[in-house]
Amino acid sequence: MEDLKSIDILLAEDSPGDADLAMEALEESKLKNKLYVVVDGQEALDFLFKKGKYIDVPRPDLILLDLNMPKVDGREVLKIVKEDKNLRSIPVVILTTSRAEEDILKTYDLHANCYIAKPLNLEKFMEVVAAIENFWISIVALPKKES
Amino acid sequence: MNEEKLEKLKSIDILLAEDSPGDADLAKEALEESKLKNRLYTVVDGQEALDFLYKKGKYIDVPRPDLILLDLNMPKVDGREVLKIVKEDENLRSIPIVVLTTSRAEEDILKSYNLHANCYISKPLNLDKFIEVVNSIENFWISIVTLPQK
Repeated sequence: MEDLKSIDILLAEDSPGDADLAMEALEESKLKNKLYVVVDGQEALDFLFKKGKYIDVPRPDLILLDLNMPKVDGREVLKIVKEDKNLRSIPVVILTTSRAEEDILKTYDLHANCYIAKPLNLEKFMEVVAAIENFWISIVALPKKES
Repeated sequence: MNEEKLEKLKSIDILLAEDSPGDADLAKEALEESKLKNRLYTVVDGQEALDFLYKKGKYIDVPRPDLILLDLNMPKVDGREVLKIVKEDENLRSIPIVVLTTSRAEEDILKSYNLHANCYISKPLNLDKFIEVVNSIENFWISIVTLPQK
């Protein structure tokens, strides 16, 4: 039963190449999820707070968040989301090129649900996105959306 | 040996807080079956979990866990309380906590995420599926995820 559920995924990713790869990996899967993509931290926040053109978007069930993004950095988005009473229950998967120990520790301290360093290899990148999807949708119980 | 292969060989310390001996045995079995060499520590109630994490009493020399598998309904100190304490502690909160519980109550799910549980997993009632889930947890949190260094 759980395999049939579909969820809304927000991908915050400033690299078009990586965004395309992620989209491709998610489309290949048999799970029917709706993917929303934003390209910087400001758009991510506007989406989550339903500002401007994002007035009618759904609340995401899962956020895939890059760290190094223009306008508003991913670390700032993470902090804001996890401090917000309404948004903090949304799982945030950090998906970033950074392998800096400082970034890893800081994001876990800010309550990122998990941190994943993007593989440099194309195929592995897609495997990782598929693994994220499989774990967070088929294995994990996500909080239900209200309304 | 490339970086990614090295990561798969790393072994981590896992703390399992589980009051049901049957479920603890199943989890141990699942973790032992895998090719990843992890060290599993088991505690049977919330007080022991806290003593372990704060290295109290007999736990004075235990390592800091890299991952915690936490049951919710436990005697002495409830898992929800353990979760709250750990995630509010500046030193301990970076340790990922996987809530692994029989509860399917929406209230428990939401509350755990609000308390910053890293993820919430309902224990399958089926034995084989339970073992599969433990393997998935191990595989995801060790081979895919980057954990904070101790």
